[in-house]
Amino acid sequence: MKQSEFLNVVMPFKDKLYRLAKRLLVSREEAEDATQEILMKLWSKNESMGQYKNVEAFAMTMTKNFCLDRLKSKQAGNLKLVHSNYSDENTSLQRQLEAEDSVQWMERIMQELPEQQKMVLQLRDVEQYEFEEICELMDMKPTAVRVALSRARKTVRQELIKKHSYGIG
Amino acid sequence: MALDNIEKLLEKYFEASTTVAEEEQLREYFAQESVPAHLEPYKPMFNYFSNAKEERFTKQVPLKTRSNLYKWISVAAVAVLTFGIYLGNEYQERKKAEYAYQETKKAFELLAENFGRGTEKVAYLKEFEEAKQKIYNNN
Repeated sequence: MKQSEFLNVVMPFKDKLYRLAKRLLVSREEAEDATQEILMKLWSKNESMGQYKNVEAFAMTMTKNFCLDRLKSKQAGNLKLVHSNYSDENTSLQRQLEAEDSVQWMERIMQELPEQQKMVLQLRDVEQYEFEEICELMDMKPTAVRVALSRARKTVRQELIKKHSYGIG
Repeated sequence: MALDNIEKLLEKYFEASTTVAEEEQLREYFAQESVPAHLEPYKPMFNYFSNAKEERFTKQVPLKTRSNLYKWISVAAVAVLTFGIYLGNEYQERKKAEYAYQETKKAFELLAENFGRGTEKVAYLKEFEEAKQKIYNNN
């Protein structure tokens, strides 16, 4: 496989790899490094890539495993908190501050979730994968995926309602 | 979309039994500016998911074609080495030839010297011959 072909295969899902890595590793630098590593690993395997019927699923599984290993190793012991800049020019400053604040709040809530729930929520609600795909990626049974997803969503809801009724931010 | 429909979808959503399309409806619904007060807490959740999908991986990935580069470097190295050995051999041969030439020259010089000495002696011989003739003539 030529470099350009490889890039064509990889382009559509490289952002998904990055977002999953960032969900798990939190820090942007760590996630970028992880994504780079995964793409380079894929490239080194490019001759056998035709065998995988779903390169995207394969790459996502690689990313998941890589990040979990990374979290386990001491290297990642001092992860930094980096927040992305979500800007929206149409909203007023007050609204913008509010929006940014709730984004940070959501990010914090999602960080608190157990890794498995975090990943399922990311794959479903951000990347909109079908249940079968998530089962394959996570190596989980469909019922387990549903349970994890439901728990994750309910936890997020609970935290948001708590925050909302206290009116703190 | 009707409010009770959204509420039903929300209920299904938290039981994780909505389809991707239904979840898209929820995201669209919560993307609007104002929602009823009792649904307000869910707004950040769905907005966050929509926003999170916008994040991009912007770092360049250096896809190395090092195996290729190594191949060419080794080809070049072999070429240089072969050329070097060839040149070295030629140089050695020239040295050897020069040495042989010098030795031969020396040998010829030696020979020439000895020839010179030989002719000196032949000169004596001539003297002797003349003397002998004189004696004969006198007798």
